[in-house]
Amino acid sequence: MASSLGTTASAGYSGASSPVAQALYRRRRRSNKVLLTLSVGATIFGLAWLVLILGALLYEGFSGLSLAVFTEMTPPPGSAGGLLNAIWGSLLMTFGGVIIGTPIGILAGTYMSEYGRGNKITTVVRFINDILLAAPSIVIGLFVYEVVVVRMGHFSAFAGMAALAILVIPVVVRTTEDMLNLVPNQLREAAASLGLPRSIMIRHVAYKAAMSGIVTGVLLAIARVSGETAPLLFTALNNQFWSTNLNAPMSSLPVTIFQFALSPYPDWQKLAWTGALLITFTVLALNIVARAFLSPKAQK
Amino acid sequence: MTQTAMNTTGLAEKISIRNLKFFYGDSQALKTINLPLYEKKVTAFIGPSGCGKSTLLRVLNRMYDLYPRQHAEGEVIFDGQNVLDPNQDRNMLRARIGMVFQKPTPFPMSIYENIAFGIRLYENLSRSEMDGRVEAALTRGALWNEVKDKLHSSGLSLSGGQQQRLCIARTIAVKPEVVLFDEPCSALDPISTAKIEELIDELTTDYTIAIVTHNMQQAARVSDYTAFMYLGELIEFDETTKIFTSPSDKRTQDYITGRFG
Repeated sequence: MASSLGTTASAGYSGASSPVAQALYRRRRRSNKVLLTLSVGATIFGLAWLVLILGALLYEGFSGLSLAVFTEMTPPPGSAGGLLNAIWGSLLMTFGGVIIGTPIGILAGTYMSEYGRGNKITTVVRFINDILLAAPSIVIGLFVYEVVVVRMGHFSAFAGMAALAILVIPVVVRTTEDMLNLVPNQLREAAASLGLPRSIMIRHVAYKAAMSGIVTGVLLAIARVSGETAPLLFTALNNQFWSTNLNAPMSSLPVTIFQFALSPYPDWQKLAWTGALLITFTVLALNIVARAFLSPKAQK
Repeated sequence: MTQTAMNTTGLAEKISIRNLKFFYGDSQALKTINLPLYEKKVTAFIGPSGCGKSTLLRVLNRMYDLYPRQHAEGEVIFDGQNVLDPNQDRNMLRARIGMVFQKPTPFPMSIYENIAFGIRLYENLSRSEMDGRVEAALTRGALWNEVKDKLHSSGLSLSGGQQQRLCIARTIAVKPEVVLFDEPCSALDPISTAKIEELIDELTTDYTIAIVTHNMQQAARVSDYTAFMYLGELIEFDETTKIFTSPSDKRTQDYITGRFG
């Protein structure tokens, strides 16, 4: 018995210290090193470009940053000025787009998760919403141009807001549905077991439980639209002057950057860098706030 | 079902389950159940997993209605009315037949609001009246002394056992007549379990109670009557002492002596 066990062991498995095991182990170590080197290399390659872009942005942007950027209007070529009208236009149109798009998105997401979970309409809407989410923004711009700008006969801040709202909606629909789906069914049953009607359960229990996720979705939507150029180029166009008229063309940071960066004038190019810096930092800040909202600490 | 002659004098049937069948889609989960729940008594449901005891409980307050493709046949008479009547107001029914679940489910709001929320739906109370009701419910739920100094912190900050007592307090705050417990202790430690069992015992002065449990000692400790279920059928229903000392059915005996399940 003992001898037969001994022979089986030496024929099949002969311990971690045998030459075969050692060789296999060395091979595993080697392939591990090779793959690790490759993946670290790829990471560095990717990050390097990000660092270069941010570095150029910081260097060029900060050198042009001054109080005048926030107090003066976009200048004609060759004279000094700022970006006040563009900043204002961006804030106003982003705000408008989010105000229009968020309620629609939240209501649609609520229907999909709370009332129509798993039914045909929800499946179809989710599919279409995913397409909208991935649609190039220039297509949205072109659509609003045809539907609003052409009919009204002129470019307007209003059309810009509509285009941004269409970009906001799919993001908010998606996060609202996802976050409500994460709310455990036990919580819904617990609310129902007290005799709470569905609508009260949704407003006071499900929304509360999903709140941080939905807010994150809205913040990410803001971050997404605040850098959009194409849809505004087709809708709000641009305006060299201060304007509060929603029915008239309005300036925005991305369109101003686009126009100024492509111009041959050094002052304009400088302002374009500064504008890019402002947008980048706004988006960065929004992403950080969104992350803070999603952190486990904020859930409590 | 086997049932020996049970002395039922002086007992009122709070809920009478008659010829109840239940279906998940096409598969039948309950096969013609007949059973009384006696007023202000604790009835325990025992049986192996999947025998239909939780399903039965979820019929009583029509919780199954939340999901498509589930339906019940037969009658559940609660104070003279059939719970399964399609015109039954389900929110009203659930306010009268409360439920406590396996996992503690505090709402994402303060301890105070967890209790006040349900009350506000059915009653208009002044601030001080509400304070009184919240205190009474938490006292009844054996939680008041532990939370009276932090009523406005989140219900999620409590321990598992405290959360479960909060859920019980929340359920009785809306003044139901029947309370259904669906394995209320299976996620709790022994000390919290003991507290909940003690609490269930005290609640029988005012409420009719049904409890589903996997723990046979627990059924023996807390209940007056026990129903043993197996594969969607009610095998035996009797006084708890009778079930645990001299069951009439061989399967009941095998189950409580641990031969299967």
